[in-house]
Amino acid sequence: MKLDRTAGLTLGLTFGIPLTLALLNQTTDVSAALHVPTYVIALAGKYLCFAMLALAVDLVWGFAGILSLGHAAFFALGGYAMGMYLMRQIGSRGVYGNAMLPDFMVFLGWKELPWYWHGFEWFPFAMFMALLVPGLLAMGFGWLAFRSRVTGVYLSIITQALTYALLLAFFRNDMGFGGNNGMTDFKDILGFPVQADGTRSALLVISAAFLCAQYLVARSIVRSRFGKVLIAVRDTESRTRFLGYRPEAYKLVVWTLSAVMAGIGGALYVPQVGIINPSEFAPANSIEAVIWVAVGGRGTLTGAILGAVIVNFGKTWFTGALPNLWLYALGALFIFVTLFLPNGVMGLFAARAKKPAPELEAAE
Amino acid sequence: MRRFFAILLLAALALAPGPSKADQADDAFAALASTSFDSVRGGVEQLSASGHPRAAAVIGALQSGKLYFRPDRALFIKQDDGGYLHALTAAAIADPGTVKPVRVNNGIRNAIDAALGAMRLFSPDTATRLTAAEAVFHAAEAGALPALNKAIAKESDPSVRLRMEQARAAAILSSADSGEADRIQAVSVLRTRADIDARGFLASLSGQPPAVADAIAVAITAIDRKAQLWSVAQSVYYGLSLGSVLLLAAAGLAITFGVMGVINMAHGEMVMIGAYTTFAVQQFMRAHTPGMYGASLLFAVPLAFMVSGTVGIVIERTLIRWLYGRPLETLLATWGLSLVLQQGVRTIFGANNKDVDTPSWMSGATQLGGLTLTWNRMYIILFSAIVLAALMAALRYTSLGLRMRAVTQNRRMAAAMGIRTPWIDALTFGLGSGVAGMAGVALSQIDNVSPNLGQSYIIDSFMVVVFGGVGNLWGTTLGALTLGITNKFLEPVAGAVMAKIVVLVLLILFIQRRPRGMFPLKGRAAES
Repeated sequence: MKLDRTAGLTLGLTFGIPLTLALLNQTTDVSAALHVPTYVIALAGKYLCFAMLALAVDLVWGFAGILSLGHAAFFALGGYAMGMYLMRQIGSRGVYGNAMLPDFMVFLGWKELPWYWHGFEWFPFAMFMALLVPGLLAMGFGWLAFRSRVTGVYLSIITQALTYALLLAFFRNDMGFGGNNGMTDFKDILGFPVQADGTRSALLVISAAFLCAQYLVARSIVRSRFGKVLIAVRDTESRTRFLGYRPEAYKLVVWTLSAVMAGIGGALYVPQVGIINPSEFAPANSIEAVIWVAVGGRGTLTGAILGAVIVNFGKTWFTGALPNLWLYALGALFIFVTLFLPNGVMGLFAARAKKPAPELEAAE
Repeated sequence: MRRFFAILLLAALALAPGPSKADQADDAFAALASTSFDSVRGGVEQLSASGHPRAAAVIGALQSGKLYFRPDRALFIKQDDGGYLHALTAAAIADPGTVKPVRVNNGIRNAIDAALGAMRLFSPDTATRLTAAEAVFHAAEAGALPALNKAIAKESDPSVRLRMEQARAAAILSSADSGEADRIQAVSVLRTRADIDARGFLASLSGQPPAVADAIAVAITAIDRKAQLWSVAQSVYYGLSLGSVLLLAAAGLAITFGVMGVINMAHGEMVMIGAYTTFAVQQFMRAHTPGMYGASLLFAVPLAFMVSGTVGIVIERTLIRWLYGRPLETLLATWGLSLVLQQGVRTIFGANNKDVDTPSWMSGATQLGGLTLTWNRMYIILFSAIVLAALMAALRYTSLGLRMRAVTQNRRMAAAMGIRTPWIDALTFGLGSGVAGMAGVALSQIDNVSPNLGQSYIIDSFMVVVFGGVGNLWGTTLGALTLGITNKFLEPVAGAVMAKIVVLVLLILFIQRRPRGMFPLKGRAAES
């Protein structure tokens, strides 16, 4: 596969920067000028996971025209799968010292592990579930929705209903996923302590690698013949259908893939932030993911990564420096980007690179 | 036997106070000063029949555990300050010597209830008589029968009389010497009462003659069936109430989303602004016109309409008009706007919940058969009906409504006919937002007024509009009521959260079947 300059730069930076950060954190002394503190490593890891979610949203929104307002649900489901694995790893080191049951189950007076928790002590199974559960949910949901041609705003609204329903469901203690508090107090992952600097650095580099891999997969998809059909579906679905394609099949494939990508992001997110709870399902999170894409530039995969990092960096900075202004800034960003930057930051770059192309007269 | 005497004595009291009253009272006081429960119980019944002026005070003291006796059978009432009163003379006694409290058991408590009740049955105050009849009913003491008979004969208020008859029925069924026909008659009286108390009392009866037992079984089944019907009705009422709240929140959205096709994610914030307007109006009126404070909501409704409507028009002119034809972008921009509005309100009013008072005429509840109807919910149902009717009338009969419909149906043709479509857009958006503001006034009565108020309704409102069918107020109404009632019927079965989840999943599935809602727009307007 041949990479153009943007792709090369994206891959280089996406992998290079986290790798450098991780190396600096590991090899330099705490007092050294170039030392990268561990909280930066954790933050960077979080950004990369959000970038995966953004990439997933961009794949369906930017290239298939499906505006999902519920993508954080897939992210959170992947996160819960990882969280379940991490909970099982705690073993008897929990507060109640029960080797079989996570603390919250002991607290709720459960006697044995629910059937759906079995297998999660085994890492490959948990990771398989982190892919399978979001993928299956997306496939079922997409199959229903695309087959009956629910499109546009209606689709957006029911994706939001989906994540809202999951939010409510995971808040329930009876579900066996820790209810309101979710899962936290993780001890180790694959035998390495999750809190340790080394583990954090390694997770950061692994996240970067996964993000690059996802970027490459997404890129090869959108540049393939399949991707061309997707773009046709995005632009005029009915015309594509009249040409003999089945838009619902194309949409279903990319939708499911996108959910799996989001699930991977979630699975990598949980060990790095150390908690997963139902608030990850909040509709606002999904909408925020959409704005990352919009800021970076919808329909440009690099833009999704860039947008996620920029907005989240801004969020970190604002909530630290001017906490009261963050929502104003985020809200203004939504408005500003949709009104004045329809192609996002990447659109700015593109406009600088080449003189503005003569705009196509929009046929009404 | 003692009970029989007590009945006789009660009857004697009721019919003709005899000369031996003082003796009876002395006997009764002596009986109370005992460690034997039977003796105390008899004493209570005798005392209530004696008509002694201190009877009520002594029985009351016994009820609250303040009645003490000395081995010489003198009775004392312990005061709150630790001193004692002589029970018969009400004279203060500094040191009564060694006293022991008169102990009571459940049987005596029942006798006390019945005795106090029986004494109050003749109170000149209707409300007192009513509570007394209830107390006698709950005590279900055969000893109260004569007093009840007398009270029923005297009673002129039909509702009190009914309660007394029910109390008599309970007493008849508890009495050992009632005839079978009387008992069956009593069961039928309780059957018509048909509430949970009557059912509980009937179910607790044992040792009745077979015919009576059969009648009781039939009555219990009948009461259960009735209760079931009432609980269905109650669910419908709760559902209507929830549905009307949803309708209020969604009606404005039905205009902006349904008629204009604008996805206004800041719609919830228009509701929130309406609620805060109510708060501000109440603050202002409390400070400046306290006399009219009770009518504050009546002032808040038009004000909320104007405030939210103005904000809506400003939003349309500055933001939304640039985004027509790009629904997904509108969605994002208005979401951003909603964040700004929330944070703005948080900055101005603070993040805490605000207290919005419920006027006295809206609080409380009324009973309708087995239904409990809370006034604030009733008013909200009424209010949403009025808002809906006004909205429909505005769309149908006003010139603005006509233009709005014209623009909805065919924008270009409407423009060609000389309608200034941009202004119609702005006014339509203002109308939808204003209705949301009025919804905020109603929601301020049942929900916390906080900056997040709107967010909790936005998803539900969209669901309602999409479910009902875009661009159709009747669809919105039916959608809101269906969702509300479905939710409330699922709640007892599945729990509140689960009911909501089930409704959401059902909705997602429903939209698969009918992607354009229950009542889709027909014709070209639907092709978008």
